[in-house]
Amino acid sequence: MEGIISYGAHIPIYRLSREILNQVWGGRGKGEKAIANVDEDSMTMGVEAARNCLKGIEKSSVDALYFASTTPPFKEKQSASIMAAALDLREDIIAVDLTDSLRSGTIALRMALDAVKAGSAKKVLVVASDCRIPPPNSALEPLFGDGAAAFLIGEGGIAVEIEGSYYLTSEFVDMWRMEYDKTTRSWEDRFIRDEGYIPHFQKAVSALLKAHNLSAKDFAKAAFYAPDARLHSDMAKRLGLDAKTQVQNPLFDQLGNTGTAFAPMILVGALEEAKPGDRILLANYGDGADAHVLRVTEGIEKIKDRRGIKKNLESKLMLDNYGKYIKFRSLMQFAETTDYRPRTSLPQLWRDRQWVFRFHGHKCKKCGKTQFPMQQFCMYCQAPEEFLEEIPLSDRKGTLFTFSMDERAPVVDPPNVLGVVNLEGGGRFFSQMTDRDVNNIKVGMPMEVTFRRIHDALGVHNYFWKCKPVRE
Amino acid sequence: MPGTIKDKVAIIGMGCTQFGELWDKDVDDLIIEATYEALEDAGVEIKDIEAAWFGTMASGVTGAALAAPLKLNYIPVTHVENACGTGAETLRGPAFAIAAGVYDICLSVGVEKMKDTGYGGLHTLRLQSDKWHPIYVGGGTGPGRYALAATRYFSKYGLSPEEGKRMLAKISVKSHHNGARNPKAHLRIEVTEEQVINAPMIAWPLGLYDCCGVTDGASAAVLCRADMAKNFRDDYITIKGSGISVGPSWGKQKEDYDYTFWPETEAACKQAYEMAGIKNPRKELDMAELHDCFSIAEAIATESAGISERGRVKEDVDAGVFTQEGEIPINISGGLKSFGHPIGASGGREVYEFYKQFQGKAEDPSRQLKNVRLGLAHNQGGHPGRFQCGVTIIGAP
Amino acid sequence: MTAGIVSYGAYIPIYRLSQAELAKVWGGRERPGEKAVANVDEDSITMAVEAALDCIGNMDRNLIDRVYFASTTAPYTEKQNASLVAAALDLRNDIMTLDSANSLRGGTIALQAALDAVNAGSAKKVLVVASDCRVPPPDSAFESVLGDGAAAFLIGDSDIIAEIEGSYMTSSENLSVWRRRSDTYVQTWEDRFIKEAIYTPQLEDAVSGLLKKYNVNLADFAKVAFYGSNAREHAASARALKLDKTQVQNPLFDKVGNTGSAFVPMMLVGALEEAKPGDKILTVNFSDGADAYALKTTAGIEGVKDKRGIKRHLDSKLMLPNYGRYIHYRDLMEWEVNRMHPLEGSLNIIWRESKAIIRGNGTRCRKCGHVQLPPQRICMWCQAKDEFDYVRVSDKQGELFTYSIDERGAGVIDLPNVLSVINLDGGGRYYGQMTDKVLDKLGVGIRMEFTFRKFHEQGGFVNYFWKSRPIRC
Repeated sequence: MEGIISYGAHIPIYRLSREILNQVWGGRGKGEKAIANVDEDSMTMGVEAARNCLKGIEKSSVDALYFASTTPPFKEKQSASIMAAALDLREDIIAVDLTDSLRSGTIALRMALDAVKAGSAKKVLVVASDCRIPPPNSALEPLFGDGAAAFLIGEGGIAVEIEGSYYLTSEFVDMWRMEYDKTTRSWEDRFIRDEGYIPHFQKAVSALLKAHNLSAKDFAKAAFYAPDARLHSDMAKRLGLDAKTQVQNPLFDQLGNTGTAFAPMILVGALEEAKPGDRILLANYGDGADAHVLRVTEGIEKIKDRRGIKKNLESKLMLDNYGKYIKFRSLMQFAETTDYRPRTSLPQLWRDRQWVFRFHGHKCKKCGKTQFPMQQFCMYCQAPEEFLEEIPLSDRKGTLFTFSMDERAPVVDPPNVLGVVNLEGGGRFFSQMTDRDVNNIKVGMPMEVTFRRIHDALGVHNYFWKCKPVRE
Repeated sequence: MPGTIKDKVAIIGMGCTQFGELWDKDVDDLIIEATYEALEDAGVEIKDIEAAWFGTMASGVTGAALAAPLKLNYIPVTHVENACGTGAETLRGPAFAIAAGVYDICLSVGVEKMKDTGYGGLHTLRLQSDKWHPIYVGGGTGPGRYALAATRYFSKYGLSPEEGKRMLAKISVKSHHNGARNPKAHLRIEVTEEQVINAPMIAWPLGLYDCCGVTDGASAAVLCRADMAKNFRDDYITIKGSGISVGPSWGKQKEDYDYTFWPETEAACKQAYEMAGIKNPRKELDMAELHDCFSIAEAIATESAGISERGRVKEDVDAGVFTQEGEIPINISGGLKSFGHPIGASGGREVYEFYKQFQGKAEDPSRQLKNVRLGLAHNQGGHPGRFQCGVTIIGAP
Repeated sequence: MTAGIVSYGAYIPIYRLSQAELAKVWGGRERPGEKAVANVDEDSITMAVEAALDCIGNMDRNLIDRVYFASTTAPYTEKQNASLVAAALDLRNDIMTLDSANSLRGGTIALQAALDAVNAGSAKKVLVVASDCRVPPPDSAFESVLGDGAAAFLIGDSDIIAEIEGSYMTSSENLSVWRRRSDTYVQTWEDRFIKEAIYTPQLEDAVSGLLKKYNVNLADFAKVAFYGSNAREHAASARALKLDKTQVQNPLFDKVGNTGSAFVPMMLVGALEEAKPGDKILTVNFSDGADAYALKTTAGIEGVKDKRGIKRHLDSKLMLPNYGRYIHYRDLMEWEVNRMHPLEGSLNIIWRESKAIIRGNGTRCRKCGHVQLPPQRICMWCQAKDEFDYVRVSDKQGELFTYSIDERGAGVIDLPNVLSVINLDGGGRYYGQMTDKVLDKLGVGIRMEFTFRKFHEQGGFVNYFWKSRPIRC
């Protein structure tokens, strides 16, 4: 039987409080939303969610990667292929970008189940991630948040069974971006509510329930999409759900509407708290709607150690001001700078792909020392290359050996923190430190690595690994 | 079996431009000013020069950048470069050529024009000397990379941030006190420990006054066979030893690199001490000019050169060992910190300080040291984990 | 020389942006003070019109022979901006107008040209207006320094309030601040280079050039109004010139900011406001070279103390509530698409009705004498046809008859939209948008005046119109 083997999620460490928006635009918003760091995008957030999902799972067992997002960093050039490399998956897999619909995540879910059922893949990784930019000073601005979720689909050892699904497609236009739009556009809210969300959503859910001869009370939890908090509670009422016990918290005041990742993230939240035997309703909206009956199995107990939603939510840093957000998302034109132009070289990155993307290092078979990046001969005993064994290092934690905080470095978010990290089991990683609280960095603190965007040079996004304090 | 250059080569004339933000001077002006001061000081003319060495990191390429402004007469000109350690290399070339008996009189000129970029700090674009990987650069600047050493030094030797900052502040206060009285220095101001400690942060724990200036300037020397030096002047100086060490650049990746010691400095000093016959540098050296692009750089260089024991420089700083009145004055010139640091010129500028001190001609008599005859010039490029270090021992004959 | 200053005027927009708001958004140390920021419907033309109106007061506008408009931020780069200023001032059209653009010294250069024109006898009265509204790069040193404002001088050969005793000019090709045709923001080079190699020597050269040429001493001047790009640079120059504190005209960096082309002219207005007859004043302007003027006030200075000038405009202000409002005013971000029906612009209509739209005229019925606006061919009182004369109403004041505060006003960036109905002194009723609105002071019966403002930019050009506002000060 095919179903969900594992889940994972990522919420960026930064939160933008709505008080800060009030400060700049006026208004009375409360709560906060998750904001991708300056070096994050939908692809890097997807990598984090997927690493979380694959914890303890053999990476070479993954046969396909489906990446769902409306904000993939490249419009031409497959993001899933970069993600697969960062996840250190095999090369003989199928990678897909599923874009342009907020339902791409639940659509990918069905494709993954089909692939497994058809026998063309044993394990499929489905990642949904979005980092949408709302228009400044708009109703969408306090609403949108950034995040990602991932599911491993397979047949055997499953934690969640998918008992049935219903899909509905529609040409209805409510939110959109045209090719050159930076921010999401939308039509009048009541039109979206009355002609879009409510009828499409209800139709999908009721068709599903009818087909499976179920009613609202049969579900332990309902994890479902809504454009905003008001419509979410409105829909709960319409579906006849008990708001206190049956509705999975959509986290509008902590996370925000994370687009393609939204319903998948709410589902991860539900699974974190689920018991074996629980029946869960999953429903998504956008260009139509879809709804699913999920049944939790005993396998759920084995994957409760995921960082998921809860732990990620608790670990946060507040953005100091709106200016930082403007710079993170590059929403204004700033002065030209004379001092720094980043460079890149695609041939160089290609030659070094095993350590740039896969974070592989070398272990010397002669002296046993681990080293990063990969070397032509051992740094310690000068043994030639044939003695160097390529090993993956991205899952290793480490300790901070020393660091500096450069207040004048040409970076968007000074200070530029350089970190020297000694990895567990050997290897030293010298890099920029990200997701850091500058008031709380100490020699000896536990560190981990994360895949991030380094800079845009010559019109290319350049990705690499950075170190960051371990996030618990 | 390595030989020695000791007392084979003399310096008979030196020149050094005013250091500073010299908006109105270009590279050629700096070269000409420093060179002509040296030539006139030595009493030789351009036509007497048989070969020249030209040191700059980014203010010119090929020997033509020296030959053109000076109108050299189809002689050999060698362009050398070792980042901030270029100056030492620029002296080493002519010295070895003379010692080999190939030439009698050579010229060494180091220069850097830093202030034509429009940017207040060290210009990262123009000065990318390393083969930096596109994504592995990590936004590294000079202060950002040296601060790694300061952080680790504090941590390793159990200094609280306050204690560590104060140790560094004392070094900067001393250098500024010296440089303020040096007419050719760039940053001629006295600072207090409190000013240094409370200055704007550049890269924790290095504040504004822990960092050297970004400076324009040039230095030049006329070298000749030691046995003919007397024909030019009595108060010439000689080279007693020379060492260069270029590290294998693995500090970023190799775990046994600990950031609190400069192995390249140790290696270069060892070479130079052996040539000069120095067994106990602390006792035998009368003075030292150390590469103090940052206050922490001076502290660690002092230990790495064997002047202070490892981990003990703070005690020596606190005891005033390195002040003008101390046991071994360090950076009496003001150092890179206060005198300034035009990359290719700094190595020669350090030797210029010895030249004047040994001759008893220190500009501003209050800076004149008594009875000095032997000095260590330490000049170093790169950053912790990736240094190119040059050391020159200079003595009165 | 016979030509001199006959009158002066200045303008400072009502809005101020506090340095505290900048610190809130960008972080960093909070600096004290504030700077003047043009309203959403202001630009260098509208501010120039305000300063010019302050300068000419009630004089007969037909006496003005020329308008020299100086700015680096004129709304049009092709299409003369001075012609619009002249029309809004309702001047004669057989006059010469010119734009003195692209230099922060454009104002003081135009001043010399005006003196030359009068001295040569080719014009009797020349209006010189300097106005700038430069947009600084966000989160830059410029952002806390640049402010908006305008100054105007009437140059003539009679009724002089300040004689020009002499002037000295230099020209330099060196760049200190600049914008290329394609640049959004002003650029500069490392501050110490500009200060040490360009600004200080050129400024000092102009001062010593003037002193030498006319054999005068710096100590002879009661006030010196000189350019400095920021407060620190300005203070350093005061020290370098060895000026006594009492001699330094306040550059108002913490109240107005560096207003570009208008900066030194505004300082001169500030000096004239406080001058006594016989005072000597020195102005020194900088950029693309430098210039210096030696002025001496006459007894006539006492006759022009009724100007709004610097002082009264400074005291009359509204604080911008947040940085977001400023982002909107200068349109620094990409906004959500507005689904409201856009306003329309039509050159034909503006051309046909320029008497009313630009020149601020209404009509007066020859039969019954009623003033009416917009202009009417058939009198709305006595139905007389084509029996009217144009009459300027833009210089009239009136009483607010009624008003509304519309939170959803169409085509308005700066909500709420206040619609005003005003009964003018001497007759006529105005129905239109109110600007510079102090919402908590609005009330039926308050005294109102008119101001020339941007309305919208549909049609690809700026649509200007006269708006109402509570009497400013």
